[in-house]
Amino acid sequence: MVDVLTGTFTVKSGHAQMLKGGVIMDVVNAEQAMIAAEAGAVAVMALERVPADIRADGGVARMTDPAIIQGIMDAVSIPVMAKCRIGHFVEAQVLEAIGIDYIDESEVLTPADEVHHVWKHDFQVPFVCGCRDLGEALRRISEGAAMIRTKGEAGTGDVVEAVRHMRAVQDAIRKLQNMPEDELVVEARNLGVSLELLQETREQGRLPVVNFAAGGVATPADAALMMQLGADGVFVGSGIFKSGDPAQRGYAIVQAVTHYKDPKILADVSKDLGEPMVGISARSIPQEELLAPRSI
Amino acid sequence: MKIGVLAVQGDFAEHIAVLRRLNVECQEVRLPEQLEGIDGLIVPGGESTTLSRLMSIYHLREPVAAMAKAGKAVWGTCAGMIMLAHEITEADPVPLQLMDIGVQRNAFGRQIDSFEQDLEIHELDGLEPAGLEPGLFHAIFIRAPVVIRVGDSVKTLAMLPNGKAVAVQQGNLMATSFHPELTNDNRLHQYFLNLAASPAADPGPGQGTDPATEPVTGQ
Repeated sequence: MVDVLTGTFTVKSGHAQMLKGGVIMDVVNAEQAMIAAEAGAVAVMALERVPADIRADGGVARMTDPAIIQGIMDAVSIPVMAKCRIGHFVEAQVLEAIGIDYIDESEVLTPADEVHHVWKHDFQVPFVCGCRDLGEALRRISEGAAMIRTKGEAGTGDVVEAVRHMRAVQDAIRKLQNMPEDELVVEARNLGVSLELLQETREQGRLPVVNFAAGGVATPADAALMMQLGADGVFVGSGIFKSGDPAQRGYAIVQAVTHYKDPKILADVSKDLGEPMVGISARSIPQEELLAPRSI
Repeated sequence: MKIGVLAVQGDFAEHIAVLRRLNVECQEVRLPEQLEGIDGLIVPGGESTTLSRLMSIYHLREPVAAMAKAGKAVWGTCAGMIMLAHEITEADPVPLQLMDIGVQRNAFGRQIDSFEQDLEIHELDGLEPAGLEPGLFHAIFIRAPVVIRVGDSVKTLAMLPNGKAVAVQQGNLMATSFHPELTNDNRLHQYFLNLAASPAADPGPGQGTDPATEPVTGQ
């Protein structure tokens, strides 16, 4: 008599809703995962290398060894995410098979398909995807993404691209809300998205799924900046475990995301954090080495 | 009536949206002083280890426990259920020990095992869901906990076909494994508001225990 439904869009996007107001931290082993959980992370991203090292090492960046991911899944009780290459639906199948909680189809890894993304509706496990603007965000949602994040420019410790992408999304939504209804068809065509999804976004005044900031967040103030710009939460990649005191910095960024509107608390948690990650200015990176333009 | 929603992490905005649909004044609670003047508190879904840490750092544990003990209504959904429990099956997080229940975290497995299912909740009979047909409650379970020990003074409001309790009440306190705030069905929120409006008049669990004198473990 009672139907049990699994893998529905409601439970996929609903999981992202539980992560709101939280920090998702990149980790490369069980020890880092435990430090992240102890610091109050709402989830961890299991990687072989953090983006700063992927950037430094060059070469082809692929899905992490499932043994490393499973080691991390066994070490912590919070959700564990992992990345697959853009369009690499078999890496996604492998991640689903090991029971990962969320898949990040990520431009940080070398794309496997320069035309198509993974058709994410086919999976029981939810996906998060990066975007630089509203069109990218809604195209990913059409393909089945249950959560969106800004691309930013991963592995730099420079928040400027994450700010650009978050503002682009928010500005486009504000523009949409002021647009006469008879212009929506053309706008949908320009963005390459369905009229229905565009109307839903207009009605809600926000993306129809949870939208986190990612790509260059390195300090508590960076995290709070992204929250004040409208992010639902924050991914911190290299910023924590490439800093001098990861436990303390992670703990501070968690508090900054909760109290993002309270400058006094932000001042307190920003004190005595030790060395931040060194970072590189996103502007100094040659165009062909940027990660964010790897998919559209 | 003013309802506080713990806003340190999780889907507090979704709870606030339901309360606004019911024309209830809301207060986001991140610091102890924001508990003043509220008639009830919702501890939302989220990551229980994160909620636990942030409640400790910002000294929210004692005042929330005092509120519950004073007879004000408190409701935990999912991670909130874990926080209200007396004991859980792991060492972390540290629950508030407000309700006489034992709770298992991630009781169904990982995200891939998250599910939706209709539940019978007879206590909701007579409450009208706005714009919906009365009947079963559509419950959304996301990496959900279950109650594995139900104390004598705790009433089970809903269980799964396998007999596991997923919605419980102990006087002025409520906990659900699932997320009514992710649906358009406002009946459980209305039920909670009724508790918040008249905590003393509430018949309480089973034998009509007075929630004001009910033993509250922990602190």
